[in-house]
Amino acid sequence: MTMTAIRMENLRRDFGAVRAVDGLTLEVPAGTVFGFLGPNGAGKTTTIRLLLGLLEPTAGQATVLGFDTRTQAAEIRERTGALLEHAGLYEQLSAEENLEFYGRAWRLSAVERQGRVREVLTEMGLWERRKERVGNWSRGMRQKLALARAQLHRPALLLLDEPTAGLDVMAAVAVRDDLAALASRQGSTIFLTTHNMAEAERLCQQVAVIRAGKLLAVGTPDALRAHAGGPRVEIIGRGFSETALSRLRAQPVVAAAEVQNDHLTIDLRAESDTAPLVSLLVGAGVQVEEVRRGKASLEEVFLTLMEEEK
Amino acid sequence: MIADALTVAWKELREFSIRQRGLGRGLLGTLMIPLVLGIFLPWQEGQRWVSTSPFPLVFSVWMPLLFVSSVIADSFADERERHTLETLLASRLSEGGILFGKLAAAVGYAWGMTLFSLLLGLVTVNLIHGRGELLLYPAEMAGSMVLLSLLGAGLMGGIGVLVSLRSPTVRQAQQVMYVVSMALLFGVVYAFRALPLAWREALLQPLLAAGVERVVLAAAAALLLLDGGLLAAAMARFRRARLILD
Repeated sequence: MTMTAIRMENLRRDFGAVRAVDGLTLEVPAGTVFGFLGPNGAGKTTTIRLLLGLLEPTAGQATVLGFDTRTQAAEIRERTGALLEHAGLYEQLSAEENLEFYGRAWRLSAVERQGRVREVLTEMGLWERRKERVGNWSRGMRQKLALARAQLHRPALLLLDEPTAGLDVMAAVAVRDDLAALASRQGSTIFLTTHNMAEAERLCQQVAVIRAGKLLAVGTPDALRAHAGGPRVEIIGRGFSETALSRLRAQPVVAAAEVQNDHLTIDLRAESDTAPLVSLLVGAGVQVEEVRRGKASLEEVFLTLMEEEK
Repeated sequence: MIADALTVAWKELREFSIRQRGLGRGLLGTLMIPLVLGIFLPWQEGQRWVSTSPFPLVFSVWMPLLFVSSVIADSFADERERHTLETLLASRLSEGGILFGKLAAAVGYAWGMTLFSLLLGLVTVNLIHGRGELLLYPAEMAGSMVLLSLLGAGLMGGIGVLVSLRSPTVRQAQQVMYVVSMALLFGVVYAFRALPLAWREALLQPLLAAGVERVVLAAAAALLLLDGGLLAAAMARFRRARLILD
């Protein structure tokens, strides 16, 4: 298999006057979980449709698993599994029948089909309910089943379009756990679109951020955090007086210091020892309960990138 | 493509059977028309059912239209409405496989029900009016019924797929199909009856002179052409990118 699972070069897609995807150039290494982040309407779903060959690009090109999306879409679909915007399950059929249908579609033999259906349903904790009509299931369970369906034929690439969107907290956590397990179990590449930063932070080794179809940043979550800001120290305590804060802000290593509800956040200009800063605060009458080194969350990175783009 | 079509047909038939049960009509509802046309009418007609009665031939064309129109509207419109179409299109199934699978399921269902009804009619006539001798449809008549019912189902299937491909909702597809079936089932008869007597005679004369066999062959040829044209139109209309954007 190629070392690059997905390659996009100046990929563009217009719908009339609207440019949904605007010159995307991106490489997704094989065997990684890649997060494709962006707000609603950023062009994430259109990108997935382009990668599956369901839409033709207006300009540029993309290859998936070494196959051109324009001319070899059937080869791509043969080797990928997809969980799209909607779960796409047949609600009148049982969970087992839904998987049976897609197992046949991917030409798994009867024996293989039987084994895989049992395996994926067991992994998702749905085996006991396999005979039930999917229409009677909760949204979270349906999403789990859709995830099981996407991996039924052991695809080399999984394309997941906002797999936890619209789920309640418990269901989203359950699906996220399944995704984490899937990522650690399978050697395949996972291309995951989301606007949930916690999800990307937990699951993805690399992320790309898009807005209005344009790529804003790409890299590991740590690299993106570095872009958004330097190291950070968080101090929990009491007595953060103005005097203490003024002394702290006067330190050359301190870029900014903000207090909120007994919680002081200090942004540093560079990595440095925190002990002198803590001593300074204690000397100014602050009662320190906890000190921890922190870093910008992916959500902050995302917001910074959105602000920069504006 | 054949394997793909069989896979899609398997799913469609599974859904047909569940939908029938879901409507609360059960097996009796599904079998109502075959029971009327396979038991009641043959019983009334007696031995004429397998000799001079026009009903078996007429029903062999009429019944598949009715059966196909009851299921074909759902083929694509239902997938679109229930948001299953995009996942289906994202699978490895070929476009031809999906299209032919859906068509084959509807045509196979309608053709099977029609042949079942005609066979049931034969059994009824033999049981009630047989008087010790085996009554069979004449070979030409049996051949005509098998051929015309298949081609009739194909005609309605082709129209139905095109309608379903273009309809945003199942309801709209069903409404259009209702109008089309009414036009096909009754429109032709009423249009013929509306013609002046002289015109009707002029039209019927060559048909009567040609004999039933030739008329059936001509009808079969016309249906075959229509079926082929509709299938080609459906294949041209069935494009993944187009369906995604619809």
